Amino acid sequence: MADMLKKVPVREQDPKVRATNFEEVCYGYNEEEAVAEAERCLNCKNPKCVQGCPVGIHINEFISHVKDRDYAGAYQVISLSSSLPAICGRVCPQETQCEGKCIRGIKGEAVSIGKLERFVADWARENGIKPEPAKEKNGHKVAVVGSGPAGLTCAGDLAKMGYDVTIYEALHKAGGVLSYGIPEFRLPKDKVVAKEVEGVEGLGVRIETDTIIGRTVSVDELMTKMGYEAVFIGSGAGLPRFMNIPGETANGVFSANEYLTRNNLMKAFRDDYDTPIYKGKKVVVVGGGNVAMDAARTALRLGAEVHLVYRRSEAELPARAEEVHHAREEGIIFDLLTNPVEILTDENDSVRGIRVIKMELGEPDASGRRRPVPVEGSEYEMECDAVIMSLGTSPNPLISSTTVGLDVNKRKCIIADEADGKTTKDGVYAGGDAVTGAATVILAMGAGKAGARGIDAFIKSKEA
Amino acid sequence: MYKIVSKTQLSAVVWEMVVEAPLLASHCAPGQFLIVKKDEAGERIPLTICDYDAEKGTVTIVFQPIGVSTLKFLELEAGDSFMDVVGPLGKPSDILSMSEEELHTKKFLFVAGGVGTAPVYPQVKWLHERGIDADVIIGTRTHDLLFYEDKMKEVAGHVYVTTDDGSYMHKGVVTSVIDELVAEGRHYDHCVAIGPMIMMKFCTLTTKKYGIPTIVSMNPIMVDGTGMCGACRLTVGDEVKFACVDGPEFDGFKINWNECMKRSQMYKTQEGEAKLAYLEGASHHGGCGNC
Ligand SMILES: Cc1cc2nc3c(=O)[nH]c(=O)nc-3n(C[C@H](O)[C@H](O)[C@H](O)COP(=O)(O)OP(=O)(O)OC[C@H]3O[C@@H](n4cnc5c(N)ncnc54)[C@H](O)[C@@H]3O)c2cc1C
Ligand SMILES: Cc1cc2nc3c(=O)[nH]c(=O)nc-3n(C[C@H](O)[C@H](O)[C@H](O)COP(=O)(O)OP(=O)(O)OC[C@H]3O[C@@H](n4cnc5c(N)ncnc54)[C@H](O)[C@@H]3O)c2cc1C
Ligand code: SF4
Ligand code: SF4
Ligand code: FES
Repeated sequence: MADMLKKVPVREQDPKVRATNFEEVCYGYNEEEAVAEAERCLNCKNPKCVQGCPVGIHINEFISHVKDRDYAGAYQVISLSSSLPAICGRVCPQETQCEGKCIRGIKGEAVSIGKLERFVADWARENGIKPEPAKEKNGHKVAVVGSGPAGLTCAGDLAKMGYDVTIYEALHKAGGVLSYGIPEFRLPKDKVVAKEVEGVEGLGVRIETDTIIGRTVSVDELMTKMGYEAVFIGSGAGLPRFMNIPGETANGVFSANEYLTRNNLMKAFRDDYDTPIYKGKKVVVVGGGNVAMDAARTALRLGAEVHLVYRRSEAELPARAEEVHHAREEGIIFDLLTNPVEILTDENDSVRGIRVIKMELGEPDASGRRRPVPVEGSEYEMECDAVIMSLGTSPNPLISSTTVGLDVNKRKCIIADEADGKTTKDGVYAGGDAVTGAATVILAMGAGKAGARGIDAFIKSKEA
Repeated sequence: MYKIVSKTQLSAVVWEMVVEAPLLASHCAPGQFLIVKKDEAGERIPLTICDYDAEKGTVTIVFQPIGVSTLKFLELEAGDSFMDVVGPLGKPSDILSMSEEELHTKKFLFVAGGVGTAPVYPQVKWLHERGIDADVIIGTRTHDLLFYEDKMKEVAGHVYVTTDDGSYMHKGVVTSVIDELVAEGRHYDHCVAIGPMIMMKFCTLTTKKYGIPTIVSMNPIMVDGTGMCGACRLTVGDEVKFACVDGPEFDGFKINWNECMKRSQMYKTQEGEAKLAYLEGASHHGGCGNC
């Protein structure tokens, strides 16, 4: 009998091997492993796990289907609440969401809900199970801006209701952060992301890439000249922050966005693609979130020794627990309670090092986490030839600044109703990172669903 | 896909292509740029919109093949297509924000260096359409590299051509022509300089002497062109700006030129290796010492 207190271990690429390639780290469960893990679920009467999931997937129900080896049934249960399970199963911060609430977690390890969700979604994809397109079109046109999880979900839901939906995407490829940000070794592009996008297209959604709303056409033109009755804005939070410390414009200082975009979207790691990337020998990544982990592990795979400089302690690292664990296994060196004060350059204005200061934790700040304060006189220098700034992102003002009547808050986030995505402009709905600031895939997806409901109600109310 | 309507060689090193991109063509203005990606494996290459025809739905690009990506553009002929063309990017030229009155009371000087002649053209043309004839200085290294001379004359007041080696018209660099014009007693209220960074830098040093406000069009390394990556950042005055959204035009007196020039060299070695590998094809075996 297996130890019911522990998760069925998931097979992964050996850390030494995967540190040199971009293949997916985690192989996921096979059927036997999935069923064995599903057996650990107690099918609670009052399933706490469901409360932990931002979109309320009926977790106990889908796991019951897995126990019965009815994977198609499991997929149907998940599909009621989520449209991107292959992605969320891979990238949700499960430890603070569904698995964080699982009753099994009190005495032992929580049920591996994410891995089971991924198993079911991968099984469905491999067995050609797809969402059904609408039987009848209703003749109403809706435009969606951005093809990240928010936009894809909103478009997919509206298409299923019979709407004629077009997504406008600024980049040359659909997927948003799923394509340009999260690396291949965590979220395979062809196998998973492209298939999800194809699935949405299969519902009848058109995707127009290379179209920047606010530049190529405006939101108002979409509604006046181009005949869209409503617009959903899921343009994400793509603007990188820098620290404004000396030396930050030197050669060898990158935003994580640039570094990851070169590698993921432009495929700089492959010899057969033209875009270059700077492969440092010793790289310092500043930050502690998922983005920082991704940048660090990308630099490592390109051949560098990588230090992660983060101003708080281990406990406050905002990244998913699994990513921190994987990063350590692969050999990322964590310099915690440390903060950069200056980037040091050579005579060619290239990075030669970074001056950092030690930090200690003081009183809790507005976020409830203990505020890091510099330890006087503790500055020291670290040698390095590249610095990747991963300090968070904010929404791009391109749309808000070119759309009259679309209000934003102090942080440049579009103001929208959480329940239905309604903005301050009639017929315009919004959701995802563009509204919340940088958050998570599952929240963006949930906002896309809410937006679709809002738009449906809006268009129906005009008809009535 | 974005179809190439025509392809023309303008000088020994410069090519012009007219490309179908209807939405872009009906929404752009002088000063803005676009990004072209040749095929799946291609780089995203920023190029200035050098002309546009909203009715025909076309935009004109003019480029000088210098590395792998721009060299590969030459593989395409009229009738072929670019996989991606996106824009317009950046802000319209500074002159578009001036009032009719301001435009008519000002005397404009444009200084074009090499391939920079092409992006100067739509701005001069735009002024011409409003009845304003600007003076234009075009500088190239030698006569073979000169293009758009006649086209520019149709829309400009005076066109002064100068070549570094004296093979055509005036001999010398563009700044010497500025000096001469000012010495002759000509007065300018507004200068726009577009060309290689080094030329723009010296141009601003000269115009500063004469107190002529000067706008330059910056061309740093870019990736997305929408403000998402920060690759294009540069220091203007004491602020860090993103050229793709805050520019590409900036007050030339406030640019930190040395920093910009160093940043544009970021991928020089890698790009050089890639260029050699491309030019030499399968025969490239690394014996050149550059790899
Ligand atoms: C490197 C990285 C790692 C991450 N890791 C995780 C993780 O492990 N787990 C997790 O849950 N979350 C993670 N996140 C966060 C998550 O990816 C985002 O919260 C989510 O993608 C937001 O979805 P969205 O649809 O709102 O926006 P995005 O995914 O940002 O998509 C927005 C899209 O809109 C397009 N767009 C923007 N402006 C315009 C315009 N004017 N016109 C047309 N199109 C436009 C953009 O090009 C983009 O494609 C990560 C983020 C990053 C950057
Ligand atoms: C807003 C903007 C507008 C532009 N307009 C035009 C235009 O109208 N016509 C035109 O010919 N070019 C223009 N450029 C420059 C053009 O984008 C570059 O020449 C092109 O990216 C080079 O690509 P490549 O792969 O062929 O060369 P690469 O192999 O990338 O580069 C070859 C060499 O040029 C240097 N280099 C790379 N990018 C640039 C750059 N952006 N500026 C200066 N040096 C660079 C490299 O360091 C390297 O040494 C513009 C650039 C910007 C940012
Ligand atoms: S969507 Fe995310 S939070 Fe919800 S059950 Fe799946 S992995 Fe857990
Ligand atoms: S809380 Fe845990 S054990 Fe209970 S139903 Fe949810 S996953 Fe199963
Ligand atoms: S090119 Fe990426 S921010 Fe300007």
